[in-house]
Amino acid sequence: MLNDNRIRIITGHYGSGKTEFSVNYAVKLAEQGKKVAIADLDVVNPYFRTREKIDFLTEKGIKVLGSSIKGLAADVPAVSPEILAPIQDKSYQLILDVGGDPIGAKALGRYHNYFIEDEYDMFFVLNANRPETQTPEKAIQYLKEIETASRARVTGLINNTHLLKSTTVDEVLKGQKLVKEVSERLNIPIKYVAAIESVARELPKDIEGEILPIKMYMREEWMM
Amino acid sequence: MGKILMKGNEAIGAAAIKAGCKYFFGYPITPQNELPEYMSRELPKVGGVFLQAESEVAAINMVYGAAGAGARVMTSSSSPGIALKQEGISYIAGAELPCVIVNIVRGGPGLGGIQPAQSDYYQATRGGGNGDYRHVVYAPATLQETVDLVMEAFDVADMYRIPVMVIGDGMIGQMMEPVEFKEPKKRELPPKDWATDGTKGEREPNIINSLFIDPQELEDHVWKLEKKHELIKQNETRYEEYNLEDAEVVVVAYGTTSRVVKNAIAKCEEEGIKVGLIRPITLWPFPEEAFDKINENAKGVLTVEMSTGQMIDDVKIAVKGKHPVYFHGRTGGMVPDPRDIVAEIKKIAGGEK
Repeated sequence: MLNDNRIRIITGHYGSGKTEFSVNYAVKLAEQGKKVAIADLDVVNPYFRTREKIDFLTEKGIKVLGSSIKGLAADVPAVSPEILAPIQDKSYQLILDVGGDPIGAKALGRYHNYFIEDEYDMFFVLNANRPETQTPEKAIQYLKEIETASRARVTGLINNTHLLKSTTVDEVLKGQKLVKEVSERLNIPIKYVAAIESVARELPKDIEGEILPIKMYMREEWMM
Repeated sequence: MGKILMKGNEAIGAAAIKAGCKYFFGYPITPQNELPEYMSRELPKVGGVFLQAESEVAAINMVYGAAGAGARVMTSSSSPGIALKQEGISYIAGAELPCVIVNIVRGGPGLGGIQPAQSDYYQATRGGGNGDYRHVVYAPATLQETVDLVMEAFDVADMYRIPVMVIGDGMIGQMMEPVEFKEPKKRELPPKDWATDGTKGEREPNIINSLFIDPQELEDHVWKLEKKHELIKQNETRYEEYNLEDAEVVVVAYGTTSRVVKNAIAKCEEEGIKVGLIRPITLWPFPEEAFDKINENAKGVLTVEMSTGQMIDDVKIAVKGKHPVYFHGRTGGMVPDPRDIVAEIKKIAGGEK
């Protein structure tokens, strides 16, 4: 489980659930006893970013890297120089949570010479309920734009189709169809199917991709 | 079409376009930037125009012009940007023009911060502009309600020839939620025979103006506006009420805060405490009538806001001294915690001072 290359880059449209996926992935990896760092490269979204969960993640033994500017609430597109440390230090398992569009993915381009084949994975998170990635054509165009901006190749797809707490098995399967179509057209494997725990339990066991049960760390209890 | 997942700011843009909005003039500011960004991408596809103005002041005056020509037009900003638009809003109200203004509120005063707040209640309901004017203020609590109210806002604006503001805290703008687009209830809208859309040589020119040099003329105009305000109060006041008949404590909250409050109410009910809710959906007109339904034995009314206490003034007016009024607030971008609200409710229910 989670046996991917050392550097995992998580991309996708905002609202695809990248950050929730990244945080869950990091927590599970840390629970396996790995030395984990998560870097928040999101220079696009001002709310709901990895860095808001710094206390929680630090408690789990995860190193959190974000803006070089202290204070959660800045809308300044600054990325900490510290991010280079776990990129270079091979003792770290690293997750890079990247901003939710081609503009956000630009921040990644600065590190492109570290992204050597077989040393990194770049996952593209897809949510079939996001209007901008609802068809294979739109999703593929988006994926290509992110690849161009980030100067890296997508190596795996993640079906993270959801309607937040009201997600059903049917929603995930609807998304699986879309992701499968993208996978076949681009010849990129489906790596994970992520869903809230109650739905993950009910998914068919033979679904393509590893099932990753998600806890909604980023949503307050009063949210949908 | 089924439900799709949208970010609040995008959903507002999509709802506006569905409602026939063709023009958007604005200037960027966090946390509402996805809205102009959405409009810049989508409006040209429907033959509309997105224009990033040189300032908020310019943008609101472009809205004035487009509204005067009879178009469905919108602008959006966040708190300090809305402050800059106040002069234009007063002119638009004075000239009796319909338009929709979105405020995705951030902490203040001044530049403040970029996190969610409700500290523009005074600005929205009392107006930062000059003169005897009012405008409708919708305060949705979910993205579905946001979409519904944005669509309705355009109809209400046209119906009464008045600016309509949709106010959401930053959370409403930034949050993701499932939405679907439904037609608002059909209204019989008056023709825009006052618009400056060309005489075609068939009529006298229409004039859009808020200047009345003759005091009697201005007084007549202002009373005419006031009659319209009264009509809006009668017809358009909206609120949600819950358990006012036998609540020990009634909580008043709007927008995101009302959702945190609902969570707190559920926790109180688990412990056998009866709690009611008044959730204003229109901040102006304020739903005063809801407060007359609070049972006599209620021990108090608790106002919860993401401010140091602004709506509480309207709550006190509406309560008419019948119940003690209490306040709980977080501000500066902090969101109230349901546990703190539960503690406040218990204090009031227990009768402590």
